[in-house]
Amino acid sequence: MKPIDHAEASSHFIEAKAHLEFHDRRLWDLRVKRDREAHGIPEWEELRNLASAIKEHTLSHLADYLEEFEAQAKSNGAQVHWARDASEHNQIVYDILSAHRAKTLVKSKSMLTEECDMRPFLETRGVKVIETDLGERIQQLDDEPPSHIVVPAVHKLRGDVAEVFARTIGTEPGNNDAHYLAEAMRRNTRPYFLGAEAGMTGANFAIAETGSFVVCTNEGNADLGANVPKLHIACIGIEKIIPKIEHLAVFIRMLSRSALGSPITQYTSHFRAPRPGTELHIVLVDNGRSQRLGMKDFWHSLKCIRCGACMNTCPVYRRSGGLSYGATYSGPIGIIIDPAFDIRKYSNLPYASTLNGSCTNVCPVKINIHEQIYKWRQVMAERNQLPLVKKEAIRIIGKVMSEPRLYRAAISATGLAIEHLPRFAVYNWLNPWGRQREVPEPPKQSFRTWYIENRRRQ
Amino acid sequence: MTSRDAILATVRANQPAPVPVPGIPLFERTSRPLLEEFEETLTRMGGKFAPALAGGGLDGLVRSLFPDAAVICSATPEVRGTRALDIGADPAELADVDVGVVRAAFGVAETGSVWLSEEELKVNALAYLAQHLVVLLDPTRIVGNLHQAYRDARFKTARYAVLVTGPSATADIEGVLIHGAQGVRSLTVALVPL
Repeated sequence: MKPIDHAEASSHFIEAKAHLEFHDRRLWDLRVKRDREAHGIPEWEELRNLASAIKEHTLSHLADYLEEFEAQAKSNGAQVHWARDASEHNQIVYDILSAHRAKTLVKSKSMLTEECDMRPFLETRGVKVIETDLGERIQQLDDEPPSHIVVPAVHKLRGDVAEVFARTIGTEPGNNDAHYLAEAMRRNTRPYFLGAEAGMTGANFAIAETGSFVVCTNEGNADLGANVPKLHIACIGIEKIIPKIEHLAVFIRMLSRSALGSPITQYTSHFRAPRPGTELHIVLVDNGRSQRLGMKDFWHSLKCIRCGACMNTCPVYRRSGGLSYGATYSGPIGIIIDPAFDIRKYSNLPYASTLNGSCTNVCPVKINIHEQIYKWRQVMAERNQLPLVKKEAIRIIGKVMSEPRLYRAAISATGLAIEHLPRFAVYNWLNPWGRQREVPEPPKQSFRTWYIENRRRQ
Repeated sequence: MTSRDAILATVRANQPAPVPVPGIPLFERTSRPLLEEFEETLTRMGGKFAPALAGGGLDGLVRSLFPDAAVICSATPEVRGTRALDIGADPAELADVDVGVVRAAFGVAETGSVWLSEEELKVNALAYLAQHLVVLLDPTRIVGNLHQAYRDARFKTARYAVLVTGPSATADIEGVLIHGAQGVRSLTVALVPL
């Protein structure tokens, strides 16, 4: 498999100026709103510490908590399934649906089912899958994966949505009004909610103490899917467990504030047991998580609550778009999760970062994201996964830096070169840094020559 | 080995060294009246408040809010509505309800949320299939923040419990805020003591 070329993919994203500008502005706006909410809570930093500690405690006792969750869920009347990987997950879901002769599944947003590539699996077996989150539905109808874990269609402008809806659900071509488009989708989706045999949700948190799970949404779609059909399937990654109900408060207080800058999602829904006369199935999914738990430098990424704050704040993500990462998870959190799934395919992703640390600073569960990105770079170098240009550059830099004489010669030569070389020699494919920016003017004098001169004068 | 046992065995083998569980404070603050904070936050989340109860009783109040509603369906005996809520029926039959009415167990000032479960809703889908939702709330039953809310023992016994904060909403098209995504188009809280 050829590695994903993030830089190449981004260059196409950057070409669409209006899209780029909106994307950058919209996500930065979410970051600003997040700041406003965080600053409104005096104990915000204490909450981050607590959230981090609860997650680390749970992950270090995960097997026991999973067993407790399963026992409680079963005693509540839910049925619990375990899936080692994506294909087991998809098969389990399909088997539950066929046992109920379910032909239509109304589902709310779940990154886990994206990770498992579940939709095509079910569709080739005759199950109609309807995404009911607006952004996710737009992406489904346009046959694209979500580009952001919270706002899946954030890379699209209203004209793009109008085009997709005109083509797929028959809205008036050229009617770009967001209210009109959202209303059209509401009317289009309602019959599916009323007629589907099964509903599916993910989960933001699963509580060992009660065997219940929590779904945080804004559109009301998850609660319709879970409360109208007679069958509710919930797909939950094993890292979503927390010990007790009281711990939920810490996470719910921070989740939507970090994600969208609102104090809470419109709906925070707690599912503990099936409604009388209906069935509730919980599929606990590993898909690489138990392996990642054993990676000394990277297990902290399992603390993630999928708020997307790291993506909204990341200058690289905002200017390259989620699809350019070529993976289910994009942005800073994607960079540290994706290589654990496929080290070769995602070997270039750790370079899609300036290592500015902003992602780490906004993370509500205090994952050391930028340090993990740096560590993945080291892993890529050790595993010989570096692209040729980088490898050669690093080899030469290493040699020059280790020999002071060579270094000094290189520094004065660089100054001369930038001043005197023609533009094409400085701004070319070997210098991607200079593609959108000017190389700074070289100083007239290096620090070393200045120091030697001034010391002599003393 | 079953998948369950295989997953648990790998998890057990790979778990990092034990980290202790922290205690969670209640972060209580008493600087502001709870009702004032509740009203401010819920308004920011797109919720509305009904005017004070006048002569026509609660049914009159709901009618005055939605003069054109054909079907008003109430989960609380305090409001008659136009159609009785059939607890045993298929939830999909609520598809034509214009206004649903329910009494919340309590509210949360910090987030502007109201707490509902199957006990209050009778049919959970009422809160989502109706076009509009009216929620009765006793203004003395408002807790300060989510830490206090999650102390409520009913979280451990309810099959389904939900913190509802305003109407359904989306901003998935160019960040334009739209109320009435898939759930209710509006949520109105009527402050009515029990």
